[in-house]
Amino acid sequence: MKKAYKAERVSWPVTILLILGLITVIFPLYMALVIALKQPSEMTNSIAGLLSLPKSFSLDNFREAMRVTDFWRSLLNSFLITFINLVISIALHSVIGYVVGRNRGSSKFYGFVYLYIISGMFVPFAILMMPLVKQTAQIGIANMAGVICCYVVFYMPMNMMLYSGYLVNIPLSLEEAARVEGAGTWKTYWSIIFPIMKPMHATVAVLTALGTWNDVMTPLVIMSGSGMNTLPLAQMTFQTQFGTNYNLAFASYLLALLPILIFYLFCQKQILNGVVNGAVK
Amino acid sequence: MKKINDRERTYLFMTLPILALFFCFNTLPLIKGVIYSFTNFKGYGSYDWVGLRNYTDLFQDARVGRSYLFTVKLAVTSTVVVNVLSLILALGLSSKIKFKSALRGMYFIPNILGALVVGYIFNYFFTYILPAMTKTTSMLASTRWAWVAIVVVCAWQSVAMNTIIYISGIQTVPEEVYEAGSIDGATGWFKFRNLTFPLIMPFFTINMVLCMKNFLMVFDQIMALTKGGPAQSTESISYLIYNNGMAGGQFGFQSANAVVFFVLIVALSVAQTKFGSSKEEQL
Repeated sequence: MKKAYKAERVSWPVTILLILGLITVIFPLYMALVIALKQPSEMTNSIAGLLSLPKSFSLDNFREAMRVTDFWRSLLNSFLITFINLVISIALHSVIGYVVGRNRGSSKFYGFVYLYIISGMFVPFAILMMPLVKQTAQIGIANMAGVICCYVVFYMPMNMMLYSGYLVNIPLSLEEAARVEGAGTWKTYWSIIFPIMKPMHATVAVLTALGTWNDVMTPLVIMSGSGMNTLPLAQMTFQTQFGTNYNLAFASYLLALLPILIFYLFCQKQILNGVVNGAVK
Repeated sequence: MKKINDRERTYLFMTLPILALFFCFNTLPLIKGVIYSFTNFKGYGSYDWVGLRNYTDLFQDARVGRSYLFTVKLAVTSTVVVNVLSLILALGLSSKIKFKSALRGMYFIPNILGALVVGYIFNYFFTYILPAMTKTTSMLASTRWAWVAIVVVCAWQSVAMNTIIYISGIQTVPEEVYEAGSIDGATGWFKFRNLTFPLIMPFFTINMVLCMKNFLMVFDQIMALTKGGPAQSTESISYLIYNNGMAGGQFGFQSANAVVFFVLIVALSVAQTKFGSSKEEQL
């Protein structure tokens, strides 16, 4: 408790400056909210007219935006893509992370596999984009399934690296003990290693989910012909069709931002930890 | 001996399907992309081999050249702006302040939001709000200023991410270092320059690499703010490849562009990691 005495006093100037700085974060969201709550007739060209609070509170714009963008369908699609990708990613990436992490020191083959998959990190989507569009169309998965396949592969390098890095902290003796008791390799993995890697599952889940939830480019090129929308894609179609009704547009944008904001509200700590762990490792 | 073989077989059984999947959706399209870059494929119909013509055309194409200049200008400016701002913010958020965790949480919000929708919101801000405030025309309509608007939007989101990484870096600096420093009279800028900064060098490297790579691949913000305009002045490389390759009938030509872009990304990543690791200080 000695530290507490030595601690500096609270710096109020810095606190106040930081609170003032928050305006830059909040202002765009405030602007979006005010405009979403107004009617086109309430919009004037002066700043006061644009940014003042609406005269009457009405959720009509939100209701209309939900109908026009087929909000629930897009939300469900985004959710399905994110969720299925998460389940597959955690299952596959932890396995490859485990096998490669345990063997790359002793085996040339797994050393190569490690480098091979890591090299995928440097491949920009731009070069894969056009061939992937052709390829997914040829095998009939130019839809959500194709998008999920792409994500599983795109996130593999990073996630494999995270898992095999985490594995260094898990003593080999655990597996050996299980093996002595007669457990096979699969069983050892699922009953011992997989549960122990739980903290890394959380990091991987946060990073992968944030990335896929907000991604535009992959679904845009791969499933644009399927008649299905993800939440961001719905905003894009909406923008080109109804771009001039800003009140409606902003209601729609806010609806698109809302799920992740709610999620952040409840899992803030896990998200921040996950992001830092992923970047620093 | 039998036991080991069993285990190795299981390992292979686990690895091979995953490798096959990775090959199909990463290596195979990469190879195809390289092959397409030697053809005059339009994206449909038949095509012929054209050898290196796409590549020689690429270096003479003014539009491609402009998109590289624009993308590099955007990436370098944004990286500098973002790192300066997030270092200042991280130092503030790491000092002795009230509401520390709430403030940290709030400042991170921009990062979780989708770049496309954020872009649309800022599009309105630059088109209507800012001109109304400053009595000027929209930045987005000006070939001279549109790129600055894109830097602002990129920075708004990335500062959040980089700040969090810097904060975790600052936390790794042991208290004793500052105590020893304060005996020698290290305060303010001197303290930061000679104590904090060298010790968070690895985090600086991470942030530089992250920023550069993300900004070089910028797409969503362009799509939402300018669609490459006005007068093609804000076409990023990714946007040009998408736009002309997918819809403009330049599948083969833009594949060559993508190959060059790929080489650029690899070279840059390697160079940055080399440069960064040589300057890291060990405690």
